[in-house]
Amino acid sequence: MKNEEILTRKLMQGKGKTPGPKRGVTILSFLVLTLFAIFTLAPFYFMLVSSFKPGSEMFRNGITFQLQPEKMTLKNYIGLYSGQGVVYLLWFKNSILITVIQTTVAVILSAMVGYGLAVYQFKGRNLIFIAVLVVMMVPIEILILPLYQLTISLRIIDTFAGAILPYAVPPVAIFFFRQFAVGLPKELIDSGRIDGCSEFGIFFKLMTPIMKPAFGAMVILQAMGSWNGFVWPIIALRSSEKLTLPIGLASLMTPYGNNYDMLMAGAVVSVIPIVIIYLFNQKSFISGLTVGAIKG
Amino acid sequence: MINANRKSLKQYLNSTKVVPYLFVAPFIISFFLVYLYPFISTIQMSFQRIAGFGDVTFIGLENYQRLWNEHFGNALSTTAQYTLWTILILVPLPIILAVILNSKTTKFKNLFRSAFFIPALTSVIVAGIFFRFAFGEQATTLANMIIGAVGLKPITWLQLKVPAMFTLVTLCTWRWLGVNIVYFLSGLQGIPDELYEAAEIDGANAWDKFRRITVPNLKPVIIYVTTISIYGGFSMFAESYAIWKTATPGDIGMTMVLYLYQQAFNNFDMGFASAIGITLVFIVMAVSLIQLKLFGFFKKDSD
Repeated sequence: MKNEEILTRKLMQGKGKTPGPKRGVTILSFLVLTLFAIFTLAPFYFMLVSSFKPGSEMFRNGITFQLQPEKMTLKNYIGLYSGQGVVYLLWFKNSILITVIQTTVAVILSAMVGYGLAVYQFKGRNLIFIAVLVVMMVPIEILILPLYQLTISLRIIDTFAGAILPYAVPPVAIFFFRQFAVGLPKELIDSGRIDGCSEFGIFFKLMTPIMKPAFGAMVILQAMGSWNGFVWPIIALRSSEKLTLPIGLASLMTPYGNNYDMLMAGAVVSVIPIVIIYLFNQKSFISGLTVGAIKG
Repeated sequence: MINANRKSLKQYLNSTKVVPYLFVAPFIISFFLVYLYPFISTIQMSFQRIAGFGDVTFIGLENYQRLWNEHFGNALSTTAQYTLWTILILVPLPIILAVILNSKTTKFKNLFRSAFFIPALTSVIVAGIFFRFAFGEQATTLANMIIGAVGLKPITWLQLKVPAMFTLVTLCTWRWLGVNIVYFLSGLQGIPDELYEAAEIDGANAWDKFRRITVPNLKPVIIYVTTISIYGGFSMFAESYAIWKTATPGDIGMTMVLYLYQQAFNNFDMGFASAIGITLVFIVMAVSLIQLKLFGFFKKDSD
């Protein structure tokens, strides 16, 4: 049936009956897509171009259409790794450290919780799951004040632990792991018990390998959030040598324009790692980001 | 004896009565520590004047009465407008682009999808840096060159109300377009082809199919995207901060969370800032409930 349809369609196209308007639509949609692709990609081109120009140029003229190859120099990039740029290297290191620690902690803990909610029957399970769903909807921005005071009284203000604390058990990831773990084979759990495995042993040795795709998606989602995180880290981290990349870059934007050499080159370098990871793991990015979208 | 005790403790902890609670313990701890306690503490602080550590007086509703001022009004209006615009653009536009991407005749689908998605990988600050300098006041900036091409005079984008809002909404569209397209694409892939085939037999044209099949079937995703846009829009802060820091000329770019931040960390008026936060929670809840009601979310699967 389907093949016949395709065949008739092809035949009709051969005769040139309907393709007129159809082709027009195809070309129009291609143009629309191209237009929006330019909109989303052009900023990267202009950032790259400006990152090679002296900061004074951007301060005076903003980001412009002119290429000005005669003004381009590698000085901004070299500056990131020498002299004043020492602080940039520190921020980069901090960002990597915080991202790695936060992602590891968040993914392991939320996988445990999600698995526990999916696999066991126990009193209060539904209540806890509802709490996860409610908390998923709370923007952390609203709680920054008491969280700030909490980190002060726990004496972890201006430490990486303080920057990580609110994101240690992210509810979105719990939800995702729970949905995934509901479909795990129960027989495997039983056979693990018969073999004398402890419940945690079953989880870590038998189940985590099966949950690998879920881990992939959540690692990427958490790492991206952590690498780009801004609202909480700007409050939790105070001293210049502890800052992460986004906060450090924001601190370079003074009204006097004295740091603009580093600003654009620093921004470009901060984007590169995540774009590279994305290009190799597009599927995981997308399944990580569409958590919860299907069932609304 | 001790050994036997240890063994039975181990068995007890491993029993299916206890072990589930060990698994969910991290969430329970974080729920109380990171969500419930801070929330209750914010409510409490919103009734207090906090002059320093230990120097706390109960002042009833005074902080809430102080909300009746020009800056809060500006913050509320900017935030509400920003949220409205982001919904008006970031729901229909991604639907159209997703439909085009989902069509069988479209070429280079994956390439386009990636191109739309890449801005989502940047931090708000990187996006803010770009938009701040691309929408700068100089005649040479990208934004002024583009409007210059259609004969308009250069604008001081970031110092006027409407152009500043335009800049913020453009920034948001740039960063979120691809993410919303991915949401809608996943929704579109769940619509069975037979529906379209049946409609074709009934002689439906493309617009009929879009209106009667595509949009109704995307409703759960539309509700989801609108809801996260409300949460995201009302808690917007970093975008404004990246462009203006905390000093916005004439409250342009002043948002609710920026006002909260300013009061808490520049003026150290924690009690007042808490009142802003609590008010924000109620506004967001009210708006999203109204939105869910408008979409008929509570009628619960009657069809």
